[in-house]
Formats: sequence, structure tokens, C-alpha cells
Amino acid sequence: MSAVPPELRDEIPSFEDGQARHDHGPVDWTGLTSVRGAKSALEIGTVVAIAVCVFFGVEAILRLTDTPTYIFPKPTAVVRALTDDFWLQYGQHLWVTLQEFFVGFAIGSTIGLILAAVITQKPFVEKVVAPYIIILVVTPMLALVPFLRLSLIRGVSMWPIIAAVALASGPMVLINASTGFRRTDLAKIALARSYGASTFQVFRKVRFPLALPMIIVGYMVGAIFGLLTAIGGEMVSASEQGGLGHQLIYFSSLIRMENFGAVLLIIEALGLSIYFVFYFIGKRWASWET
Amino acid sequence: MSAVDGSAKLEIRGATKTYEAKTGPVHALHDFSLEVTAGELVCILGPSGCGKTTLLWSMAGLHALTRGEILLDGTAITGPRPGEIGMMFQDANLLPWRNLRKNIEFPFEIKRRPVDKARIEMLLREVGLDGFENAYPRELSGGMQQRASIVRALAPDPGVMLMDEPFGALDAFTRDEMNLLLMRLWSETSKTIVFVTHNISEAIFLADRVVVMTPRPGRLARIFDIELPRPRTVDMTFTSEFIELIQEIKHIVESGGRHTVEVE
Repeated sequence: MSAVPPELRDEIPSFEDGQARHDHGPVDWTGLTSVRGAKSALEIGTVVAIAVCVFFGVEAILRLTDTPTYIFPKPTAVVRALTDDFWLQYGQHLWVTLQEFFVGFAIGSTIGLILAAVITQKPFVEKVVAPYIIILVVTPMLALVPFLRLSLIRGVSMWPIIAAVALASGPMVLINASTGFRRTDLAKIALARSYGASTFQVFRKVRFPLALPMIIVGYMVGAIFGLLTAIGGEMVSASEQGGLGHQLIYFSSLIRMENFGAVLLIIEALGLSIYFVFYFIGKRWASWET
Repeated sequence: MSAVDGSAKLEIRGATKTYEAKTGPVHALHDFSLEVTAGELVCILGPSGCGKTTLLWSMAGLHALTRGEILLDGTAITGPRPGEIGMMFQDANLLPWRNLRKNIEFPFEIKRRPVDKARIEMLLREVGLDGFENAYPRELSGGMQQRASIVRALAPDPGVMLMDEPFGALDAFTRDEMNLLLMRLWSETSKTIVFVTHNISEAIFLADRVVVMTPRPGRLARIFDIELPRPRTVDMTFTSEFIELIQEIKHIVESGGRHTVEVE
């Protein structure tokens, strides 16, 4: 015969504080996924029109004031520089940055998610671990790259930067996913339990879906932090394999500002892609919440 | 009329529950005993916080009692008995990330049993929700959500239904409609139903017996046999007989069952 479900044993059945206890924890990033994006043709058209105005406006001002390229590159020059010898100047470096980012993010986010699911099971564990998570969150991991390169992971490989990316993105996933897993909805857990659900089934079919919107927010923030760390890491430590951050330093030291601008454009595109990927994942899997 | 065959389906013996809350022990339920016969519809009535939900959760095996025991078909309840007991909660308690079909199939999924599609389809038609299978809970009205919740509870065909103020959040009109639907389903399926509410007229309208509880700690105050003929109609709730019964029960609830106040 089955036993009384442990998480309900001494809970006073009270649902007065609404459907679920929404606790966004110490750092609330939920705003990131709820930015109101352009929807109608008019809105999208206006957004594009502003971009066009800024592009040609900057171009016109720079031409009228006769500003030299080393002070501020003209937008048209940046676009020309971007298409010029793309693979050699940007493509291979983009590939390096992408590898560092994806490998580091995959490791960091997986560990962060699993840790979040584990530590939130016991309030005591969570309270003890919390200060260390905060320390991990506030430490700028890209500052560790030179240290990692010299001491822990010797050599000029990608691994020091991959480690920094994992260290930067992991805690972000951890902190947000913990917030998600901390949400408890007694009535829904009782519902699953009344049908004889096991602890694992309660996790998989109630706790996890309930946490999913916050997990997606955590992945988005973690990915953005990971990308920043990858590029920053390449900037602070010279390496043989390059990377977009490396190219930023390289072009600025040669005062090739139009190439510098082209690298920035690529980084911009990367960041936006991350945002849109998680925006649409959120729309698909977490839209029930709004 | 009641489809009673004389045997005790549910037997509550001296149920007592004390919660160990952070602010100290909360004595929710004290020495409560009751027998529910098979096929009976019993309403448990009491003020908020009188341990009604505690009692129901204990009957569902979601809670352990501090003292006493509850028997279902003669065996003590020590944990959830999914095949035999169906539970309905305050609010519809649908999972918002699942559409209606997936919500109703949830009990089958948990038990890893094949989905009884024919029965679900029949029940959906019965409650007027056919065609809404792909809708999400937020797209449905409160009444529709509650009807889906009834279908979910009835789909695995449990012998006993435990209902915890299921219609408390609905407006009066929808509540009447849901009560009529519940009685129709009950007369067709001959379930044993224990229905918790704090609404006196709802209790009288539905029940074979109304069990009144005292404020915390919840104790049995009095049991009223409701002799109203079935099928019942909303018009019956306006008869003087019905209103007198409301007044009588209201006095018991207000006096906490300690003494009966005489109406002058």
C-alpha cells in the first residue's frame, strides 16, 4: 500500500495566496522575456525606418563634419569592411568564439540546472549554498581567464575561455532555475499525488513545468553572460586561435576602426540571435504563464 | 431517495489532526467520527478553517492523522488510493501548461494506463465540453474549467469522489448550474460523494445528509438528514421548508454546536 506523500504530510492545506507562490528570488530577470516586441506591420516598419534613419543620419553627419575614420568609421565603410575578405578577418574568428561559447554554455547550464533541481529539494541545503552562488554570480569570470591560462589549465587552447564561459553562465542558470523550482503549488502537487504520482513523477509533471518559464529566463541570461565572457576572455588573453574578442583588440591597435565596427556588428548579431532563440523557446514552451 | 445499500463505504473513526506549524501546534481536527454509506452524497459544512479540508485530505490519503483512522471498504487509508478515490480541489486546479485533453488524460498518464477515450468523450459530451479538447485552461471560463475538472476526476471511474469546495470560486448562477450537473452525474454513476462546502444552501441542495462541523478544532456538531425529494430543482431552494432548514443549520454553525439557540 502506498504511503502518505512526504511533501504534504504537515502542510496546512491553504491556497489563499493564489495559484502558486511566485518568488523571484534575489535577482529577478523575468523582465527580459517580457519585453514587448513589435507585432504589427506598422510597428515593424517603424523599427526598420528608425534603423535606416540612424544609419544614414550618422553617415551624413560624419561626411558633413569630415570626421576621420580613426575617430568614428562611417557606417558604409563598416559594411564594406565586413564583406571584404570575410572568412580570414571574421569568419574563422567567429567560429572560434562560437565553439568556446557553445561548449562552455552547454557545460555550465547543464550543471547549473541539475544543481538547481537538487538544492531546492531541501531548504537547508539551499540556504547554505545561496551565499556561494551569489559570490559566483558577482565574480566577473572573464577576469579569471589569464589566471586559468597560466595556472589551472596551462596552454593556449580554448579551454581557459570555455571554463570561464561555463563559470559565468552556470550560476545564472542556477539562480533563475532555483527560483523556478522554489515555486510550490500545493494544490497541483496534491492533485498529482492523489492519482498516485511518485516523487519523480511530481517533479517531472508538476514541478518542472511550473519552473520552466524561469529556467528559460535563466538560460537566456546565462547565454548572454556566456557570450560576454567569451569575447571578454579573448580580449584579455592573447591566444593563437583568435576569436572575435581577439580581433577587436587587433583592429583597434591597428586603428582599423571600420574593421573594428564590423566585428562589433557580428557580436551584435550573435547577441540578438541568442535573445530571439530564447524568446521563441519561451513563446513555445512557457506562454501559458502570461 | 438515496441509492444506499446499507454498507459503510467510508468509515472515519476518531480522526484528530494537529499540524506542527512554525508558530506552534495547530489543532485542526478533533475526534471526528462519521460513516458514509455507498452511493450516498454527504456534505460536510463548517466555517472557514474548521478542518474540513484537513479531513478531506486525510480521506484522500494526502495527510496522515495524528490520531484515529479512516477506512475505505474496510481497509485503513494510509496513502493515496488512486483507483478508488477521485479528488476535486478548490478552484478547477487544471495544469495551465496542458490543454484540456492532456489535463483530462493526466490521471491515466500518472498511472501509465491506456486512456479510456470513449469514456472521456462521453463525459465531455455530458458536461458540454466536446469540441474544446485543444483549448488551454486560460481560454476557458471558470465554469468550463470546473466542468473539465469534473471530467478529469470521473474519467478513471473512482468509486468515491472527494470534493473540496469545488464551486466556491464560481458566481451564483454558474454554481447552481454546476450543482445540477453534479447531481445528474451522481444519479447516473452511483458514486459515493463527500462534498465539502461552507455554503449552507449548497449543502442542503446537494446532500442526503449535511454534516455540520464546529470551528477549529473541527468537531462534529450535528448531522441533518435532508428529506427533499429528488431530482431537486433550483426552485426548491425558495420554499419555506428549505429556508427554515437554512436557518436551523445556520444557528448550529454560529453556536459552534455547543447548544441550540431557540428562535423566538
